[in-house]
Amino acid sequence: MTTAPPVFEDTPAPEVALAERVTADRSTRGPVLLFFHSAVVWLVIGSLFGLIASLKFQFPDWLTGQAMWTFGRVRSVHLNAVAYGWTSMALIGMAIWMVPRLVRAPLFMPGLAVAAAWGWNLFMILGLGAILAGWTDGMEWLEIPLPIDAIVAVSGGLMALSVLVTVARRRTRHFYVSVWYILAAMVWFPIIFVTANLPVFAGVEQAAVNWWYGHNALGLWITPMSLAGAYYLIPKVLGRPVHSYNLSLVGFWALAFFYSLNGHHHLIGGPLPTWVITTSITASVMMVIPVAATAVNFHSTMIGRFDALRYSPTLRFVVMGCMIYTAASLQGSVEALRSFNRVVHFTQYTVGHAHFGLYGFASFILFGAYYFIVPRLVDWEWPSGRLIRVHFWLALGGIAVYVGALCIGGWFQGQAMLDASRPFMDSVNITKPYLIGRTVGGAMMVLAHLVFAYHYWLMVNRRGPVRSEPAWSDRRSYTMRGPLPPAEPPR
Amino acid sequence: MNTFRVFFAGAVSTAVFAFFVLAYLPHRQLAAAAPESALKPYADSELAGRAVYISSGCVYCHSQQVRDPLFGTDQARHWGRPSYPDDYRYDRPHLLGTMRTGPDLMNIAVRQPSRSWHYAHLYQPRALVPGSLMPSFRFLFTVKPRADMNDEVVDLPAGVAPEGSVVVPTADAKHLVDYLLSLNRDFPRSGPAPGSAAH
Repeated sequence: MTTAPPVFEDTPAPEVALAERVTADRSTRGPVLLFFHSAVVWLVIGSLFGLIASLKFQFPDWLTGQAMWTFGRVRSVHLNAVAYGWTSMALIGMAIWMVPRLVRAPLFMPGLAVAAAWGWNLFMILGLGAILAGWTDGMEWLEIPLPIDAIVAVSGGLMALSVLVTVARRRTRHFYVSVWYILAAMVWFPIIFVTANLPVFAGVEQAAVNWWYGHNALGLWITPMSLAGAYYLIPKVLGRPVHSYNLSLVGFWALAFFYSLNGHHHLIGGPLPTWVITTSITASVMMVIPVAATAVNFHSTMIGRFDALRYSPTLRFVVMGCMIYTAASLQGSVEALRSFNRVVHFTQYTVGHAHFGLYGFASFILFGAYYFIVPRLVDWEWPSGRLIRVHFWLALGGIAVYVGALCIGGWFQGQAMLDASRPFMDSVNITKPYLIGRTVGGAMMVLAHLVFAYHYWLMVNRRGPVRSEPAWSDRRSYTMRGPLPPAEPPR
Repeated sequence: MNTFRVFFAGAVSTAVFAFFVLAYLPHRQLAAAAPESALKPYADSELAGRAVYISSGCVYCHSQQVRDPLFGTDQARHWGRPSYPDDYRYDRPHLLGTMRTGPDLMNIAVRQPSRSWHYAHLYQPRALVPGSLMPSFRFLFTVKPRADMNDEVVDLPAGVAPEGSVVVPTADAKHLVDYLLSLNRDFPRSGPAPGSAAH
């Protein structure tokens, strides 16, 4: 190690802090924009594939002439594009942007992160192409073939190297909680990814490893990275500290310990030793602790300032994302109970729950992060408050219709399956109106993404009016500027 | 600096501990179980069909696991006896599945042993199961004016095949049906299934 950093101060003078922030943002601008551009493209592609997959339930003979358009492949392209293309790339962009600001050191070798972004895109193109061509490892969340996985391993390594060395060169004594989550996720993801791909498992043991990975891709990667964003953005927009440092510690370690053990609730009733399933059910219920700690912490930070949701698009998306995190997590804890799982396992209910978490929580926080970060990278204000509003309400309406339809339909589907006196086809027919609801909700989300992508394109090309202050997310705010605090804190 | 090390040690050990509990311990426990001789390895054509099953993503709508009668109505639906871990001895990748948009296929060969039924159902599921949501797997078949010497012709209800032509399964379709007809893990077992409450 080199000599200790010269400055070791957690609260620098305002002019020093501002200057450092400018340096930090300058160092991250290239890689973050590249990750963000790519993520938007994968969002649009991934959600279009989702819509095609959903439409196939209304038109099962549509697009059946070629193998690449069969439901099983289209569905897998959707999952991989939104999980690894959109969510993961946007999360990495957000993390790369936050870390240098939080540790008061410019990003180490931004070129490494740029290379990582290109590598990650190559992984996505080859991986999705392989799935469409029928080359797959055949396990949920692990479809992309092993040789192509090697590309993402290298890319992820380069990105992690850049971030970790930046942290090692920090000029702060304490780590903010967002840094904890990001560093932990960067340690956890390689562990789960490598162990899941070890070629030593077969049969039921492989199913165990499959779900050890599948749930932890959410629990130890997407969730901590998303929470890191929420922990940064909410206090930042409000200009007040997080309510309780201790609560955030409880939330972090409880998440680390319990979430990692959740996976086998996907195998309840399956041919595995009962004790290991019960372990996962217990851990799933214990998730109430980190979730409640985080929810109380965010709520206490927000209290008295909920009016800010009217004018800050960032806050609106992020706070909604956090509220959905609480709701989706509690839903997950209940869903893991044997009595409840008996009904909803193997049904559309699970699909609804998965989207509630991945979209309502992670994607909403990411949308909020885009609205906060991109103006600071391209030195331009979002062109249109109206487009932001349309994006928000279409996305929220879409996910509400989607989750509502599938959770209700899935429940009826499960009830029908559990009644042996009813033919199996009853459980299929009963879901049909709800699957139309899924397509409607999905179409609303696709529309939201097209609006968002168009607005993002305008933004990075610096189109639209020259603004001296941010576009407001509420029409009424135009006439209420006077009494309201500034929409976003000063840069 | 000390906090930093504690933090990393904590993060790594939670993940390693979870892997140990969720993956390594079951692996060790199940590897120690005695193999069941009644289960045969897949034949080559069945394995080729399994590859078609995997690449077409059948697993996203069909599970291959029969639950204990205490936990569901799988057995009452005649889907077979509850599944044991070593019923999957030759399965790589595993195809347990998490979804039943369509019925469980653990023992489909017992319920539906007819090769011609499977061909017709794969070509046009709604010709045999009205209201089915299963996609048509037309791409596994060739439509031609008349059958050649060694062609198997798919027996379809009137009006399903295009006018004036016959539907013939490709090699992939034949392999896939070979695989489906191999799915019979209903031979008797002794002792409680590991997923059952009795275990």
